[in-house]
Amino acid sequence: MKWFFSLLLGLTLSLSFVSSASSVSAEGDSPDALIRPTAGHSRDPFEGFNRTMFSVNEGIDAVVKPVAQGYDEVVPGPVRTGIGNFFGNIADPWIAANNLLQGKITEGASDVGRVLVNTTVGIAGLIDVASDLGLEKHAEDFGQTLGRWGVGEGPYLYWPILGPRNARDTLGFAADAALDPLRFPHDARARNTLAGVRFIDLRASLLSADKVVEAAAFDKYRYIRDAYFQMRRNAIYDGNPPPLDDDGDGEEE
Amino acid sequence: MKWFFSLLLGLALSLSFASSASSASAEEDSPDALIRRVTEDVLSIVRQDKDIQGGDARKAVELVDAKVLPYFNFQRMTALAMGKEWNKAGPEQKKRLAEEFKTLLVRTYSNALTGYKDQSARYKPTKLPDGDADVLVRTEILQPGGKPIQLDYSLGKTPEGWRVYDVIVAGVSLVTNYRDTFTQEVRANGVDGLIKMLSDKNRQLEAGKK
Repeated sequence: MKWFFSLLLGLTLSLSFVSSASSVSAEGDSPDALIRPTAGHSRDPFEGFNRTMFSVNEGIDAVVKPVAQGYDEVVPGPVRTGIGNFFGNIADPWIAANNLLQGKITEGASDVGRVLVNTTVGIAGLIDVASDLGLEKHAEDFGQTLGRWGVGEGPYLYWPILGPRNARDTLGFAADAALDPLRFPHDARARNTLAGVRFIDLRASLLSADKVVEAAAFDKYRYIRDAYFQMRRNAIYDGNPPPLDDDGDGEEE
Repeated sequence: MKWFFSLLLGLALSLSFASSASSASAEEDSPDALIRRVTEDVLSIVRQDKDIQGGDARKAVELVDAKVLPYFNFQRMTALAMGKEWNKAGPEQKKRLAEEFKTLLVRTYSNALTGYKDQSARYKPTKLPDGDADVLVRTEILQPGGKPIQLDYSLGKTPEGWRVYDVIVAGVSLVTNYRDTFTQEVRANGVDGLIKMLSDKNRQLEAGKK
């Protein structure tokens, strides 16, 4: 997998380089005449490329989704919760680290507490005892940390499998993935099984979202992109983003 | 991608929040009391309704239609979604736009309600404004085994009482998320183009509904 991340990293860097080097957008023709690409959306200079990747993803999902649907039907609710808790627990140390890297000592300490409690009392993380004790689960990643540090967001990118990520979040993801606990088991089969279950579990959790977005969006690509911009901004500010001017495009000046 | 799930989950609640009892005292509620009352009502209805839990979208739509709508200011929502383009619409067009946008939001999101079961809500302290200024009411939806979902409502005072004009799920405004799309359509095909786009979409949704 290492080559994959190097590739990603290289790609991102070159893409962000290109974007800053050229003012001309690399917009391709939309495959669908009904969908007008947002003419030169300032944060999505590679819309043509991104839409292609978006279609690739939809193609991949045609295979993944049925598996997730099967998983959803077969696995009982309490087991699902346990699986989610388990993967949540192994993610918490890196979440703690990111909180600390952002200078949020209280949150970071709380995350450390979560890991200690859940790994022991919560039986290897299967039960989220910590939440019941008032130690709330946080969602942090290195992309948010970079944002806190003032790193610019770079161009919006749509990756196969990974989905929407601007250049900053792509770099963040490379760091997140490099430290992913699932990379550490020595047994390749265990590693792959765990990664597979986590992926399918995540996909299954999005099933109910699917039909809603299909219905809500006039242009699914754009709906997801615009939501991504708002959502990441909110995440970086931990739910309290400063108000924007009223042009509503979510861009910082 | 987790944010996305949160978004939809919250979304379902957001529209459903209003899908609760319409007591006569509603008009007198303060914004935070209104949100709390309605949220609790909806959650308890969904908790007991096996049909909605099992995916009965039709029933969810009925619930939303009957009880959510009174607490939303769809005219203002539509204006917010359209931004500057709103002023290009005449009075009759504005009515049509708000009507179509309402239909879209209700049809689309009521099926997000299906699949709800054990959610509960937590309410953050609200700073009430002096007079009639807008107010943001912040809540969190708690779900077993998951991270709380941030769910905020913007309300404004109307002659009928406080009304919601924006719903923000995990930081994503469900209203302004349409702005680019709507703006572009108005610029390309005018206000009537947008009305047509909305009504085509609604017809398509209606046709696809079982």
